[in-house]
Amino acid sequence: MMLITDTVEPTGFEPDDAMTSGSYTRRIRAAIGGAALLVGAFSWLPGGSVNLARWVVVSILAYIALTYVVARRIESKRQATDRLATAVVTSAFLVVLLPLVSVIWTVVERGSNRFDSTFYTETMRGVFGEIEGGGYHAVVGTLVVTGLTTLMSVPFGLFAAIYLVEYSSKSSLFSRAVQALVDVMTGIPSIVAGLFAYAFFVFLDDIPVLTVLSTGVGHRSGLAGAVALTLLMTPVVIRASEEMLRLVPNELREASYALGVPKWKTIVKVVLPTAVAGILTGIVLAVARVIGETAPLLVTVGLAQDTNWNPFDGRMTTLSIFTYYQYVQPGVPPQVGQDRAWAAALSLVIIVGILFTIARILSTILKPKGLR
Amino acid sequence: MTITENPSPRATEADSSFTQPISRLGDRVFGGLSFGAAALILVALAAVAIFLFTEGLPAFTADEGEFNRSFLAYVGPLVFGTTYAAAIALLLATPVAVAVALYISHYAPRRLAKTLGYFIDLLAAIPSVVYGIWGIAVLAPILSDSLYPWLEDNAAFLPFFGPTASTSGRTMMTAGIVLAVMVLPIITAISREVFVQTPRLHQEASLALGATRWEMIRQAVLPFGRSGVISGAMLGLGRALGETMAVAIILAPANGYFWNVITNQNSNTIASNIALSFPESSGLEVNRLIASGLVLFAITFGVNAMARKISSTGFSGAD
Repeated sequence: MMLITDTVEPTGFEPDDAMTSGSYTRRIRAAIGGAALLVGAFSWLPGGSVNLARWVVVSILAYIALTYVVARRIESKRQATDRLATAVVTSAFLVVLLPLVSVIWTVVERGSNRFDSTFYTETMRGVFGEIEGGGYHAVVGTLVVTGLTTLMSVPFGLFAAIYLVEYSSKSSLFSRAVQALVDVMTGIPSIVAGLFAYAFFVFLDDIPVLTVLSTGVGHRSGLAGAVALTLLMTPVVIRASEEMLRLVPNELREASYALGVPKWKTIVKVVLPTAVAGILTGIVLAVARVIGETAPLLVTVGLAQDTNWNPFDGRMTTLSIFTYYQYVQPGVPPQVGQDRAWAAALSLVIIVGILFTIARILSTILKPKGLR
Repeated sequence: MTITENPSPRATEADSSFTQPISRLGDRVFGGLSFGAAALILVALAAVAIFLFTEGLPAFTADEGEFNRSFLAYVGPLVFGTTYAAAIALLLATPVAVAVALYISHYAPRRLAKTLGYFIDLLAAIPSVVYGIWGIAVLAPILSDSLYPWLEDNAAFLPFFGPTASTSGRTMMTAGIVLAVMVLPIITAISREVFVQTPRLHQEASLALGATRWEMIRQAVLPFGRSGVISGAMLGLGRALGETMAVAIILAPANGYFWNVITNQNSNTIASNIALSFPESSGLEVNRLIASGLVLFAITFGVNAMARKISSTGFSGAD
């Protein structure tokens, strides 16, 4: 259908008045767009200064209104409504792009002030006043906490997904209960996950044998943060893996069984390799989701000024926590701290962007050959 | 040889003497691990409920002398602030999200659509703390320069836009707008998924009867996707209720119930209150914060359960 409309519209027909008379041509649309921009530009006049946001908003509103009025005059009422809907839907999309572009632009612009080697080699120990300082310890903290989280939640999530798809029947009570609880887990607010991890480690402190695990000062440690994040990441891993495992055709399993391969070997050698692209993509996206988490770490990991590689001992700092504290408690003069905050934010956004790109590449190169 | 290694569990039980012990061990270990992981989910959630409850309990039962007000008086304004901020976010985000989903599913050129979906997903992946500092550094000044004074001058007859507009922009409205930007990708993703699944024959039938594209969408796509949109909005609501950092950074909190969305006096949200108070709290205050977290958990649990109920009973209207 798309193809037909494309071929039926040769530009040769445009000048022919008999064919297009009274209809809404490309030229009219361009004229409306130009007029809308002008109307938007006039909205500066009362204020006297250029206000980009207002220009955009007024222009878009003017474009929508003009489209309807013009189409109503030269076409039918139904056509005008259709054009109005197209204009509204398209401008809604453009409006949504505004914050995305603005966020990325702001982070890049302000983050580049301190996006230098000092930021990635120095910590905040003994930093005050106009000393530059850096976020090396925060990068370390992010790597340690996120790495530990991934180590815990990937096997956990993957095995749970394997159980749901390969071992349990979909209608069994246990399987349905697990499914429902995974849904509940997906909806746990991140701060509540943090509170749970905190309460859990407070509890561990009361049991003499287990105090080894919670030597953190005031119950703060990287491990507690990783436990909180595991609670958030596992359901994402389960959902992604489950979806991918269910896509593996049953014929593959049956063929493997028919050759006498045991079930676990079938899963490891046939089912998982077939689904590996989707599963890895899901895991990478899940990592991208938790790497910027702040609230649960605020409660569990705390804040440190120096590098701490050991998640079992004492407070740490992650990039997200660093961003928060450097922004809200920048010190004197505030500019220095806020620059550090933006640089940390930029690092986070870059990491998320890289993870997204990796996920995309993985999903294309790891696809089984037949599906590529 | 091939017969003895028959992996079907029933056969192994029946003629276990034929099966080679090595493969049975592998199966048992692997199956045990899988079952253990699934069971751990149950244990983990039970643990969440139990630990939050036992740590929160002292605050529920504490007599009013401990703090100068009861737990209900403490958590009431917070629940109000939480629902209010989430409601603003949802009100702003849902229509736009549906429009964006329609754009990607039915208006954008097909080759572009995939890339656009990717961009919207990226919007969801930006950490909330980044949205928070963007909100306070960029959005708040813009709004307090233009929108808030205008609303104060022209819409003050409404209780939401009363006098003394904030000059810092640290208002409920700013927080609501940032939350809207954050939940929009979720609603968009789910709505788009449903819109794309609209039966092709429904759409072509509508077009064949002479409907314009918009009429086709109203007749075929929207009725089919309604339950998807609603459950997407509910999931977005769940996210908005639990969102912490953006609100904690942006909102200027005060104690009490405030309907006015453009002043510096705002009811705080539960999550933001925990984030702001927890690092400096000790003793019974910590228990009280955990108890408020339990309330938040209960609220989001209810909302998410409702979303699932809608999405599982949905789609009937289109068949």
